[in-house]
Amino acid sequence: MLIDVHAHFFHPEGARVDGDELNRRRLAAGERMGITLHVASILGSWGRYSPTYFPSPADLTIANAAQRALQREHPRRIRGYVAVNPNFTTHALAEIATGAAEGMIGLKLAASRRADDPLLDPLCEAAGSRGFPVLHHIWQHRRREWPGQEASDGVELCRLAARHPGVNFILAHIGGGGDWLHTLRAVRAHRNVHVDLSGSGTDGGMLEACLRAVGAERLVWGADVTLCTGWAKLRHLERLLSAADAELIRSGNAVRLFPAGAFA
Amino acid sequence: MIDVNAFLGASPWRPVPGVEPAALLATMDQLGIDTAWVTHLPSLYWKDPAESHAELFAVARRYPRLRPVPVIHPGLPDWEDDLRRAVAEGAVAVRADPGQLGLAPAGREMLELVQACGEADLPFMSAVRLEDVRGRHPLDVAPELPTWAVRSWARSAPRTRLVITHADRGFIEEVHFSLTPDEARRCWWDIAWIWGPPEDHLAHLLATMGVGHFLFGSGQPLRLAETPIARLDLLDLSAPDRHAVATGNALNLDRRTHS
Repeated sequence: MLIDVHAHFFHPEGARVDGDELNRRRLAAGERMGITLHVASILGSWGRYSPTYFPSPADLTIANAAQRALQREHPRRIRGYVAVNPNFTTHALAEIATGAAEGMIGLKLAASRRADDPLLDPLCEAAGSRGFPVLHHIWQHRRREWPGQEASDGVELCRLAARHPGVNFILAHIGGGGDWLHTLRAVRAHRNVHVDLSGSGTDGGMLEACLRAVGAERLVWGADVTLCTGWAKLRHLERLLSAADAELIRSGNAVRLFPAGAFA
Repeated sequence: MIDVNAFLGASPWRPVPGVEPAALLATMDQLGIDTAWVTHLPSLYWKDPAESHAELFAVARRYPRLRPVPVIHPGLPDWEDDLRRAVAEGAVAVRADPGQLGLAPAGREMLELVQACGEADLPFMSAVRLEDVRGRHPLDVAPELPTWAVRSWARSAPRTRLVITHADRGFIEEVHFSLTPDEARRCWWDIAWIWGPPEDHLAHLLATMGVGHFLFGSGQPLRLAETPIARLDLLDLSAPDRHAVATGNALNLDRRTHS
């Protein structure tokens, strides 16, 4: 079993005119790679009607509905995160409730608000009460502001995780840019923070450092935008690890983090 | 397979496993890579990279699967002697990365070196980047190779074969379609930084430019050598086309140099 905990899909109302084609390609490549389940989110309209990392409530409602439609269309291959903008608390809580009622299995927070902001607390409580893990977009060691997003880094996510010890957090794309060594120092002591291996980066030594910092028990496999780099990292890990530890990263840890029966 | 983009020696910026020849060869064995074109990584940052050449050539003599790509600094006195020695020692290419060397990318020194490589019938290699700009050390501020430099090299050195590594789709397309077919024919690109599905940049470039322009390159051990292999495995390439990218194109470059 291979679970991609960090996938994205597109919908016809979004910015990518080739969205359907991208969805087909992700699923086709996933078949070749042996991906059993894509756990995915859609970030609003991907910039068409509101910014990708600051999506409007209206865009998120459409995106979450589209994500659920994809899950219904591909029940054996796709699961969904509820994507929300923490600046709109009432809307976000309603989306989480709707998503949970309609089979979504996690909460996706991107970069609309810093991870340690109190506005995230009610959303994490809502996620935790449903057994959802929280996948949070992270810039590995943000040394400055980056345009288009209010990016958080590992230190900030760990502050949030410390306030919610009963909620599982997935720190997004350790290979997604920035200084992963900084992140790995930050997460070591936070047992409810798990590191997602996605991202286009395949730096030599990164996976070894991940294993030293948090062990196989707190690593989850994902690809995000680039399936090729995700597959490369999985192949490298399978050279480094026992079959049992590799299996934890392929799917075992994800099965534990998501609600019971989420992948049945 | 021939990996045209590999390194030996430690990175100045972060710990990287597998930087010794034996470790590199072990990885190559595990992944089915027959030959690697190797650069002495620390010398990319040295004031005089030629100080590394004796060690690099000695490694290549001891391990024939590792083909040397020495760094030539065309801003130093008598750099032409370094180029002649590289030819004599069987270098498969030479390289200069103007950002690391502090040279103007299309300045006089770089153009003279690129032209001299053509006269020596030796491929000239350069990297667009060695590390992702988002994750570089605060002191690692060397500028990335600009597209216009590669255009200048291709246009000003009509006999030189260029091998550019770590370029992404946008970079490659901009250079390729800014050159005449004759100029573009002398440019090869490794696949170390070209995305696979779902964006499918690599499949797109192979379709629009042809497989003859592309080389298997990883950047190992700075990058995982599994990455370009995964990219090839995700393509629907015919066996001859896959062989061309993985092996044949690099072999042809090497054969012409050493025929």
